[in-house]
Amino acid sequence: MEEYKIELIVNNEKISAITKAEESLLKFLRRNGFTEVKCGCEKGDCGTCTVIMNGKTIKSCITLAMQANGKEILTAKGLEKIEIGRRLQESFVKYGAVQCGFCTAGMLMAAKSYIDKDLEPDKTEIRKAISGNLCRCTGYKKIVEAIYDVAVKSHGLEGDTNV
Amino acid sequence: MSKFKVVGKPIPRHDAWAKVRGELTYADDFSLPGMLYAKVFRSKYPAAKLVSVNTSKAKLLKGVKAVLTACDVPHNETVTKFGQSTNIKGGFEGLYRVLAVEGKKIRFTGEPIALVAAETETIAEKACELIEAKYEELPGVFDPEEAMKPNAYLVGERDSNIVNEFGCHNGDVEKGFGESEVIVEDRFEIPFIDHSYLEPEAGISWLDDYGTINIRVSSQVIEHFRDVAEVLNIPHNKVRYIGTMMGGAFGGKEDITVEAFIALLTSKTKKPVRLVYTREESLMAHSKKHAFIEKYKIGAKKNGKIVALEAYYIGNAGAYTYLTPWVGLYATVSATGPYKIPNVKIKTQMVLTNNVFASAYRGFGSNQANIGYESIIDELARKLNMNPLEIRRINCMHTGDALSTTKQVIKTYVALPEAMEKAWAGLEEPTISKRKDIKIGRGIAMGLMSYGRMTFLHDSSRCYVKLENDGSLVVRSGIPDLGGGQASLLSQIAANELGVPMKKVKVYNTDSMLTPLAGTTTATRQTYMSGNAALKAAREVRNRILNKAAEVLNVNPDKLDIVSEKIIVKYDKSEYLPLTEAIQACNAEGIELYSEAQFNAPFTGIPDLTDMKGMTFPDFAFGAQAVEVAVDIETGQVKVLKIVSCYDVGKALNPASVEGQMEGGSIQGIGYALSEDYALKKGIPQTLSLAEYIIPTAVDSPDVKTIMIESGGGLGPYGAKGIGEPSYNNIVPAILNAIYDATGVRIRRLPATAERIIRGLKKDYFKK
Repeated sequence: MEEYKIELIVNNEKISAITKAEESLLKFLRRNGFTEVKCGCEKGDCGTCTVIMNGKTIKSCITLAMQANGKEILTAKGLEKIEIGRRLQESFVKYGAVQCGFCTAGMLMAAKSYIDKDLEPDKTEIRKAISGNLCRCTGYKKIVEAIYDVAVKSHGLEGDTNV
Repeated sequence: MSKFKVVGKPIPRHDAWAKVRGELTYADDFSLPGMLYAKVFRSKYPAAKLVSVNTSKAKLLKGVKAVLTACDVPHNETVTKFGQSTNIKGGFEGLYRVLAVEGKKIRFTGEPIALVAAETETIAEKACELIEAKYEELPGVFDPEEAMKPNAYLVGERDSNIVNEFGCHNGDVEKGFGESEVIVEDRFEIPFIDHSYLEPEAGISWLDDYGTINIRVSSQVIEHFRDVAEVLNIPHNKVRYIGTMMGGAFGGKEDITVEAFIALLTSKTKKPVRLVYTREESLMAHSKKHAFIEKYKIGAKKNGKIVALEAYYIGNAGAYTYLTPWVGLYATVSATGPYKIPNVKIKTQMVLTNNVFASAYRGFGSNQANIGYESIIDELARKLNMNPLEIRRINCMHTGDALSTTKQVIKTYVALPEAMEKAWAGLEEPTISKRKDIKIGRGIAMGLMSYGRMTFLHDSSRCYVKLENDGSLVVRSGIPDLGGGQASLLSQIAANELGVPMKKVKVYNTDSMLTPLAGTTTATRQTYMSGNAALKAAREVRNRILNKAAEVLNVNPDKLDIVSEKIIVKYDKSEYLPLTEAIQACNAEGIELYSEAQFNAPFTGIPDLTDMKGMTFPDFAFGAQAVEVAVDIETGQVKVLKIVSCYDVGKALNPASVEGQMEGGSIQGIGYALSEDYALKKGIPQTLSLAEYIIPTAVDSPDVKTIMIESGGGLGPYGAKGIGEPSYNNIVPAILNAIYDATGVRIRRLPATAERIIRGLKKDYFKK
């Protein structure tokens, strides 16, 4: 299988590495040390591998690494460098939105994406926004509350920069 | 001064930050230099004779380092013990086979036949494609009732498919039914379901400098180091388990998953080996929750008083025994629920079939029983034209009453019907439907479930607590953490006893050789068992340092307390000794500021399984759930609008964690009630992805309202009860009863799909 060199920015860091045509972005990221991007199903069903690519959430297991060439990727480890990211992390901890934590890294990405839209905070809309991300432990309530709290505090505020 | 400084507060768990930062290293996130990748070659038939396995082509593939079959496994037929210290016979050993054997039967689709270790995952996959297995297909048996017939196809090598049988008998049911004025009979079918934790099974093994096999794995039971040692036929102390934080488990990581495979491959290649199941593999070949067929007959007086109950359960165990007998026992003990019934006859038979094997799953038999008794009692109420709450009030057990199955007396607080009343009231004003085709209904269910393991297993847990020189605390425990906050809880208890802030406590956990064994994270036992062990250890250290401080301060130790790192004289805040000074004073005299304590559950003998009497569990948790649903009678779609979950948790040591269990348990129950169905067609699984096996998403899930009763009556530390499994009880029958309330359709076969509801509506229509 042919190999290609791709360049992308992950969490503000430039990555230049070899991939194969059939390699998923998920496998590429994990192979390059970004193990915070989780592999729950590799079929796009569970959402644990969600990352933000050029401002949009994608499921990295059904995205080819080649498609990320020249793009900017944000993962859970990059959240700390962003105000909204830090707020979401803190809120998830505070509200007890984290149990086993396996969905958390992907869920935070879906949450960040929702907050970035800067809509009127609404729990039903939050539920829709995270409906592509499964959680088997929490029953979602505390996740929704954690996101809602950040949404209320951030709505209309100047500030956050998209990656 | 409050007794609780840290306990009882919704404290963020110590692991939460690592998880939101993406820093937690789960089992699949860990690599070692020179690591090999493993794959499992599996059977494509559910029932066949394995004629031969030829691995020669696979072995020749470049990059392949080992291909193993059953003849490479020193001890292939194995009996797993699940951490208990006693040897239980009579069908209680969880029998399974590591790899299928040439000349013997294949029992299920996906049964492991050969193992490959290769330099890359792709090479390992290719090697699996090169393995040639010859099968002779056999008819198999897939339906448990068929499997019980005298001339049925035999799943295994034994002369019967029945694994074992359980029973409870009290009074005279025939006489009881004779005296009854109303009798209801029904049959319920409950399917296999899958745990669907988001982290598939994963682990890595390696040899250390002295030839010890190290296994870093996502497991609920690090005591399996002994079972892996037996598979390899090496001494127990030559296998070390390092348990990772799990990405969910729900019982599915209670049995050995990848560990024996990677240990065998490491033993053969002398290299680190990692094995991670794909989602498809996890769905196909790891354990399921037992499917049940339940036949109920219940008789009552016109005033609602239940006179007799007869239940017959058939538990579908799938292909191998694993934990099947214990599930059967749980179901049997729970069969009458929290009701006082004088005449009772319960019989349970657990049966092998050529489906994937069933084993532990949150609720563990009690859950299936709960669906049965809470459905039949609801039917009885309807037949008597009685309020479903009223019939439960009339027949409900109270503190000091005995279970109607084993006659075990419940001496702790029985929060019934209190929990039911509170849950029901929590629904508040009824939702009014704005459309004729949307019917609103409400349902209630209440129940009991044990916390702590069966008492004849002689369960124990150990914990180590140490005050460091700088006043920080070290807790060591073998406790596996499946995401419920099990490890964090121990630090909370230790911090509470020793007056140290949470941030100064560090838990070192889940290492079978370096941390005191705490037993399995199963059976809702860790708060109770390891919580008590941590409390005992922390109090020993506390007593020692207070005795020393009493000398320094020249007061009676009874007058002292430790608050915010100071040893204070109660009621006199001016006088105190900094904790670090007390530590120094102890160190100077060689007073041990550490303790390793063991907590033992009550021990009993093994009951007569077909007529169980007396104590089989340390205690039970009681609770209820109330729901409101909207049913679209045109499409059959059910939407759960409200859930109220009310349990006596004894004492909520970390209310955020307890709520988390209750909310998560309720939503998991929505899946069980409405969508989850691990369907098989003649042993071939039909739902091998999370697009086909449907678990609830955020939009399917209402905000669960939780009501915690804190009776202080539990056997755990500070009066706590376990809540992990109990919180998943009641929700399924509550939803089914609400569907009945909305539509008049009684769901007798789970899940309550739109199709089944429509069929039920049509049937009722034609009846009219």
